[in-house]
Amino acid sequence: MKSLGSIRRDFAPWNDPNAKPYIQFDNVTKKFGDFTAVNNLSLTIFEREFFALLGASGCGKSTLLRMLAGFEEPTAGRILLDGQDLRGIPPYRRPVNMMFQSYALFPHMTVENNIAFGLKQDGMPKPEIASRVAEMLKLVKLEQFAKRKPHQLSGGQRQRVALARSVAKRPKVLLLDEPLGALDKKLREETQFELMDLQQNLGLTFVVVTHDQEEAMTMADRIAIIDKGEVMQVATPAEVYEAPGSRFVAGFVGNVNMFEGKIARGEAGTASIDAGNGITIRTENAGNAAAGAAVTFAIRPEKIKVSSKKPAEAVNAIEGEVYDIAYLGDMTVFHVRLDDGQVVRASTMNAARITEDPLSWNDRAWVSFRPDAGVVLTR
Amino acid sequence: MNTTWSRFNVTSIVLGFAFLYLPIVLLIVFSFNESKLVTVWGGFSTRWYVSLFHNQGLMDATWVTARVGVISATVATVLGTLAALTLTRYTRFRGRLLFSGMVFAPLVMPEVITGLSLLLLFVAIGLDRGFLTVTLAHITLTMCFVAVVVQSRLVSFDRSLEEAAMDLGATPVKTFFQITLPVIMPAIVSGWMLAFTLSLDDLVIASFTSGPGATTLPMKIYSQVRLGVTPEINAACTILIAVVAVGVIIASVANKRREVQRQLDERAAQRG
Repeated sequence: MKSLGSIRRDFAPWNDPNAKPYIQFDNVTKKFGDFTAVNNLSLTIFEREFFALLGASGCGKSTLLRMLAGFEEPTAGRILLDGQDLRGIPPYRRPVNMMFQSYALFPHMTVENNIAFGLKQDGMPKPEIASRVAEMLKLVKLEQFAKRKPHQLSGGQRQRVALARSVAKRPKVLLLDEPLGALDKKLREETQFELMDLQQNLGLTFVVVTHDQEEAMTMADRIAIIDKGEVMQVATPAEVYEAPGSRFVAGFVGNVNMFEGKIARGEAGTASIDAGNGITIRTENAGNAAAGAAVTFAIRPEKIKVSSKKPAEAVNAIEGEVYDIAYLGDMTVFHVRLDDGQVVRASTMNAARITEDPLSWNDRAWVSFRPDAGVVLTR
Repeated sequence: MNTTWSRFNVTSIVLGFAFLYLPIVLLIVFSFNESKLVTVWGGFSTRWYVSLFHNQGLMDATWVTARVGVISATVATVLGTLAALTLTRYTRFRGRLLFSGMVFAPLVMPEVITGLSLLLLFVAIGLDRGFLTVTLAHITLTMCFVAVVVQSRLVSFDRSLEEAAMDLGATPVKTFFQITLPVIMPAIVSGWMLAFTLSLDDLVIASFTSGPGATTLPMKIYSQVRLGVTPEINAACTILIAVVAVGVIIASVANKRREVQRQLDERAAQRG
C-alpha cells in the first residue's frame, strides 16, 4: 500500500492539462444590495482535492461556500459541479454536504439521530441506516456517545458529530466552514491531521473555508487566497509561501521583509536591485522584471542570517543595529534596524543550546542572505 | 450584599404580600365556612364544594369555558405562530410594518373596545351570538400574545439548523416539521398556555360576544355575585386557584429540573 505522503506528493491534477475540473466557478459575481461580496471570480477545483479558501473575515470566502451549497445564488456567472450547472438547484438536491461553523447540530435529537437525519431524507432502508450510522460513529470514535444529546457533549465531540453527519451521505463534495474555529489550539492541531486522513480514506473532495493560514497550509493540497471577493493567488502551500504572486499574498501568509527598489540591471532572471540608501540587493529570482522597473523584494525572516561580523562569502550583507530580540525557545527572532531606519525581521533556529555568536541589544550586526533566498514582486 | 433584615424591609415585604394575597386567603378560608353568611365564620365544612357540583348552572359554565379555552387557544396558537414566523423570516415585504403593528395592537387595545367592535361585526354579518362568537373573539384576543411569545424564541433561533437540514436533503416543509417546530415547541406550548389562561379569565369580551347557552364561568360567577356572594362561589374560585397554582408549580418545577439536568450534563461533557 502506498503511504499517505506519497499519494499526496503524486497528486497534482492542476499541473495536468488533460485533468477534468470537478468544481468550476465561472466568472461568478455575488452582490448583496450595493455590496459586492464576490467579484467576477473564477476558480477550478479537482476531484479528491483538499482545497482551502483562505482570507480575512468578510473577504467573500464564506459566500463562495454558501453558493456551492445552494444557500445563495450567484448574481452573475455560473458554478459547475462535475459538468452540471448548479443554478436553480435547491440545497436539498445538491450532492454536496456542509459542515457548519456553529456545527448546527439538531438539539432535540441524539447523536445517532443527527447522523441518520440525512440518510432518512433519502429514504434509505432502516438496517442500512443503522449500519451506516454505526460506521460513522466508529470513524469519529464516538461509539459510546450514540444516545447522547448535543448539549451533553464537549466542543471537540460536537465537532466530530457534525463531521460524521456531513460525511454520512457520502457527498461528492464536503464543504467545511471554519471546521476547527471553535476548538482550542491543541485539539485543533490533532483534528487537522484527522481531517486529512479522513479525506484520503473516503476519497472525497474537500473545500474548506478558513482564516487561519497555518490550518490551510497544513491541510490543503492547494490554497486560494481571497481578498475583497477576488482570488489573489491559487497555489500549493509551498508555492504560496516561497513564491507569492503579489505583495498582498506575501504579506498575508507568514512574516515577510519587503524592500522597495528599482531593477538596476538584470539578465535572465538575475538582477541587482537598487533599494536606496546605498543598499543593493542581488537576486536570482527576478523573473522577467525589466531594468528600471519599480519592484518589491520580499524575503522571509528565516532566510536571513544575523551575525556580529560581516560574513566573508555573503553576496548580500547589510549593516544595522540589533533593536529587539525575542527568544521563543525553538527559535529567536531578531529585529535589526538598518542604517536607513528600516527594521528587518530575522529568525534563527536555536539548533544548539548556546550560540557561539551572542548578540545583544544595540549591538552592531550584519543581516545577510543568499541571492536565491528572496523573490521579486511586481504587483 | 447586605443580608441584614432591617425593620423597613420586613414591613414592606409583609405589607406587599398582604396586599397581594390577603383577599385570596380570605376567599379560600371562607370557602370552607359552614355558615351561609359569607362574612361570618360558622365552623369548618366542605358542604359548599359538594353543593357546587350539584349546581348545574356553574357546571355548564365551567364546561363552556373549558371548551372555549381549548379551542380558542389552539387556533390562536396556530395563527400566532404563523404570524411570528412571517414577522421574523420575511423581513422585507410590502406592508410589514403595518402588519406587525396590527398583530400587536390588541395587546394594548382596551378590552371594552375589542368586545364592542367584535359585537358590532357579529351583528353586521348576522352571526348569532353564542359559543362560536365567544371562541372567535377569544382567538382574536389571544393570538397576538402567542405571536409575541413565539417571536421572541424565533429571534434567537439559529438559522443554520434549518440550512443544515436542507443541506442534508430535507425539503423546506420537512425541515419545518422536523427541525423548526420541535426546537421552538417550548415557546409554542407556553404561548398556548398563556392563550388558554387569558381565555379562562376573560369577562369583558365574553360579555359582549356571548349569547344564550354559552355563558362562561367568569360571566356566571359575576352574575351570581350581583345577587350576593354565596360560599359556593368562593368554593368555585378556590378550585380555580388550585388548578392554576398546580399548573404553574408543575410547569416551573419541570422547567427547573430540565435546567439543572442540562447544567449537570454540560459540566459532565466539559470534563470529557
